[in-house]
Amino acid sequence: MLTSAQLAELNEHARQMRGHIIRMLAASKSGHPGGSLSAVELLSYLYFYKMKIDPQNPTLPDRDRFVLSKGHAAPVLYSALAERGFFDKELLQTLRQFGSILQGHPDMKRIPGVDISSGSLGQGLSVGNGMALAAKLDRKPYHVYVLLGDGEIEEGQVWEALMTSVHYKLDNLTAFLDYNHLQIDGTIEDVKSLTDPGKRFTAFGWRVVSVDGHNIAEIDRAVEESESVKGQPTMIVLNTCKGKGCSFMENQVGWHGAAPKPEEAEKALQELGLA
Amino acid sequence: MGDRIATRDAYGNALVKLGETNPSIVVLDADLSKSTKTAGFAKKFPERFIQMGIAEADMMATAAGLATCGKIPFASTFAIFATGRAYDQVRNTVGYPHLNVKIAATHAGITVGEDGGSHQSIEDIALMRVIPGMTVLNPADAVEAEKLILAAAEYQGPVYIRLGREPLSKVFTDDYQPEIGKAVRLRDGKAATIIATGIMVEKALQAADILGQKGTTVRVVNIHTIKPIDAAEIIKAAWETRAIVTAEEHSIIGGLGSAVSEVVVQNHPVPIEYVGVKDRFGQSGIPAKLLEEYELSPEHIVAAVEKAIGRKNP
Repeated sequence: MLTSAQLAELNEHARQMRGHIIRMLAASKSGHPGGSLSAVELLSYLYFYKMKIDPQNPTLPDRDRFVLSKGHAAPVLYSALAERGFFDKELLQTLRQFGSILQGHPDMKRIPGVDISSGSLGQGLSVGNGMALAAKLDRKPYHVYVLLGDGEIEEGQVWEALMTSVHYKLDNLTAFLDYNHLQIDGTIEDVKSLTDPGKRFTAFGWRVVSVDGHNIAEIDRAVEESESVKGQPTMIVLNTCKGKGCSFMENQVGWHGAAPKPEEAEKALQELGLA
Repeated sequence: MGDRIATRDAYGNALVKLGETNPSIVVLDADLSKSTKTAGFAKKFPERFIQMGIAEADMMATAAGLATCGKIPFASTFAIFATGRAYDQVRNTVGYPHLNVKIAATHAGITVGEDGGSHQSIEDIALMRVIPGMTVLNPADAVEAEKLILAAAEYQGPVYIRLGREPLSKVFTDDYQPEIGKAVRLRDGKAATIIATGIMVEKALQAADILGQKGTTVRVVNIHTIKPIDAAEIIKAAWETRAIVTAEEHSIIGGLGSAVSEVVVQNHPVPIEYVGVKDRFGQSGIPAKLLEEYELSPEHIVAAVEKAIGRKNP
């Protein structure tokens, strides 16, 4: 269990990552803030506490793997990698610019610490299954974490992959659903109903836990518990708020794929105490 | 020359050999292991065989995940599903990160026969060729297929291997050793060059015989690697014989004919004629009847050669 000092540290990393996200998007003038801000606590927890990784050796063979299936949330991944020391934080300002390692969506060939390229939705859980199968074949202890978007699971391949994880009893894989209820064209319920996704995952044979996605202690409890379960993968539904931590972006459809203007970025950074 | 063997059988044999020698090999299949001939590997190495069920898109991205962890996955299904159904997965999650995934696509071309147009893959070479960094192999017989599959396992990066359902005569003897990226000159002649791939190589040799009897000697070149293509050999054919005919069991749009044309027009333009499926879908029928209907017989190659020679610059 996390100590209160550890929790405070992880929350501080989350705050810094929010700042990175706002600044890099303001610099690039394009990108996806909403779904990046909703996943900050999860990535802070994984990259600063949970995952066995080494910024000095990003391809360490037995490292834990992270798959950002919702690849458009690249800014949250880049902010975690930079904050953790995989590359210089200065590079964050080059997001989406010509020649930058920080492509609009994660490119594993360019960015140290990215375990798989992503961006075309619906493919990450399949990739995670492949990684988890490789770990089982090699009897390696590493664990695979996959983050899915709630809009993303409208892609049919996700449901193929959900079946595969269960069929192969991939208990070395944990998936997360960023359940922030919004996608590009509106609410999840308006675009394509997703009443109680947990029930759907349960019906597919997954173990399902639902937590407050902005509460790192709750995420930790769910992850620790999931890793003690044998023979079954766990889906942790993160109840989140799109745009979390930036008052004017919170739960706003329009902030899926729009960058803050300079004055908006300034206001957001002030709210975060980072101005 | 010997018994007729399908290139998919060669795939099955090659996988068993690879299973014995290379512990990194894993094989994935989408509920077609008897047809794709991965069942032999599955029986011998059950722990390294991953049955994906009828889920080709899932299979391709799972193969990508395995490759990131040092495995050499052979993802196996029919050509129409490997390329058409799972195109985005192959493009974005295998091709874009240049992962070491081998895509083994059986039942390619119209000779899959009775299943009809829905299952006759005549666009797969075009679809795979356009993905940056993808290597595209199309063996002519079982000997070449087995050797190329073994070579593909050693080759770093994504490889598409096109295989067929129908048993074929052997074009090559067992000591033949193809090299990825290198064309093979099978006959020499002055009047024109037939550049053929896959099952059309044997037919090109038959066409050369027919032409020889008429007093026309032609060069025959086997292109088993459509990408990266052996441009030097094609340019030599253009310079030295001044007329080219391409022959493939694929649409004439985007396949071997297009690849050869790209090289020829940029280096030494000469007349080119295409033998292939002419912007049509296939239909049910026995392979022999389909090859006739879709203009893929030795006689069609002969006619194309004569036409190309007639268009030569004086």
